Amino acid sequence: MVTTPPAATNAAADKPFTAIDERLTPAVQAWLDAALAEAAEATAPAGHRRGLPAWELRFAEAGRRCGSETAADAARVLLLHTAGADAATAARLYRRGTADERRAVLLALPGLELAPEEGLPLVEDALRTSDTRLIAAAVGSYAAEHLAQHAWRHAVLKCLCTGVPAAAVAGLARRARGDAELARMLTDHTGECTAAGRPVPVDLYLVQALTAEAEEP
Amino acid sequence: MRIFDPHIHMTSRTTDDYEAMRAAGVRAVVEPSFWLGQPRTSPASFLDYFDSLLGWEPYRAAQYGIAHHCALALNPKEANDPRCVPVIDELPHYLVKDHVVAVGEIGYDSLTPAEDAAFAAQLQLAHDHGLPALVHTPHRDKLNGLRRTVDIVRESALPPERVLLDHLNETTAKEAKDSGAWLGFSVYPDTKMDVDRTVAVLKDFGTERVVVNSAADWGRSDPLTTRRVGDAMLRAGFSEDEADQVLWHNPVAFYGLSGRLNLDRGRPDAPYEGNTILRGGE
Ligand SMILES: [Zn+2]
Repeated sequence: MVTTPPAATNAAADKPFTAIDERLTPAVQAWLDAALAEAAEATAPAGHRRGLPAWELRFAEAGRRCGSETAADAARVLLLHTAGADAATAARLYRRGTADERRAVLLALPGLELAPEEGLPLVEDALRTSDTRLIAAAVGSYAAEHLAQHAWRHAVLKCLCTGVPAAAVAGLARRARGDAELARMLTDHTGECTAAGRPVPVDLYLVQALTAEAEEP
Repeated sequence: MRIFDPHIHMTSRTTDDYEAMRAAGVRAVVEPSFWLGQPRTSPASFLDYFDSLLGWEPYRAAQYGIAHHCALALNPKEANDPRCVPVIDELPHYLVKDHVVAVGEIGYDSLTPAEDAAFAAQLQLAHDHGLPALVHTPHRDKLNGLRRTVDIVRESALPPERVLLDHLNETTAKEAKDSGAWLGFSVYPDTKMDVDRTVAVLKDFGTERVVVNSAADWGRSDPLTTRRVGDAMLRAGFSEDEADQVLWHNPVAFYGLSGRLNLDRGRPDAPYEGNTILRGGE
């Protein structure tokens, strides 16, 4: 099974993204090996290339080749890491991508060497959507590392409001700790839910408890 | 009764429609690209629309247990607007995507030279990308338009068995069938077919290589006409298998020619598919 560079991490879980976590059929494995070989070639200096690099076509077709959505996500992330996608490539694949491709770019961010001003616009775009799978992919460790506090608080609240589990938010405990403003937002939201007769999102109390913990000195 | 609506413009419909469709038996739809009811002024407007058909709309549909696929194209009407035509050069980037199961709707609106060019170019694109084509037949000058359509398909690289000729009626079905293409009947109040005429046509032409769709959009239309046709077929003496062939197997077979249909997505899912995102995590 092919592995990625050690820096690659699974955005949602803060865990190394080293391989596809499931058994692949021989046909899918062969497709993946060929696709990753094409992606590895893309890191070589460009010759006179015409049209899209071959690996970007593999990136597009991963869903129908891999059989499962989980495997397709992982294959796309591996392709991005293996190709060493730069900021322009990541942005193009995101902006021209399907929801599944966009999710893969977001999941790949922690393993790509993108400066905050390069990667954050993609995270912010995803956080503006109402697609919970994009929102969940946006709040991975790249967002935990780089998203400014105001935007990060709103991302957390949006997760709670849209049903994305708090567990999807990378670095939650670290960033929430001692955050009085986040605590206030959560209290206000509880008030709103109660006034409307709607249930308070279950994870809200969990996040609120995290904000109450004292900040590390 | 399980239903695959092979031509419906969900972007113009509400979540109430999705709910009612699911309750009526709709488990899969194909949404072809078309005119928005308001002219577009640039290719960028198409690209935003394609994004929606490849992202937001399938997401909405999945929440109601409906698998959503799309067909992409420059529609016949806007093929006449030089501001829009350059989107054809963008199509190759989009026709490689998962969940794109055809090029469409293409074809004729007013039978102009610009429509000839866009139609032929996009039939070629369908051929190049291993996709079938969904062809809209015109509402005015219909029989003449059908004949021009059949001619241009015959001159193209795409074999007729990879072409669905849509919006047919009693006057065009015979020649459409003789061309070797698939037949599509849009059951749409006022301008296209109604339920009883559709059932009569099914009696005449049989249930092979025939699909029925609602073509529901922003006009006065009804996303449940597919179900009404199914019920009317049974009342008219068709068997359950014949209704299932028209409303499920035929659209699956036609769009299955793309090799990209994924009907698993028609299963009811929670809005948040946590296991996908959190894989390998907790
Ligand atoms: Zn239409």
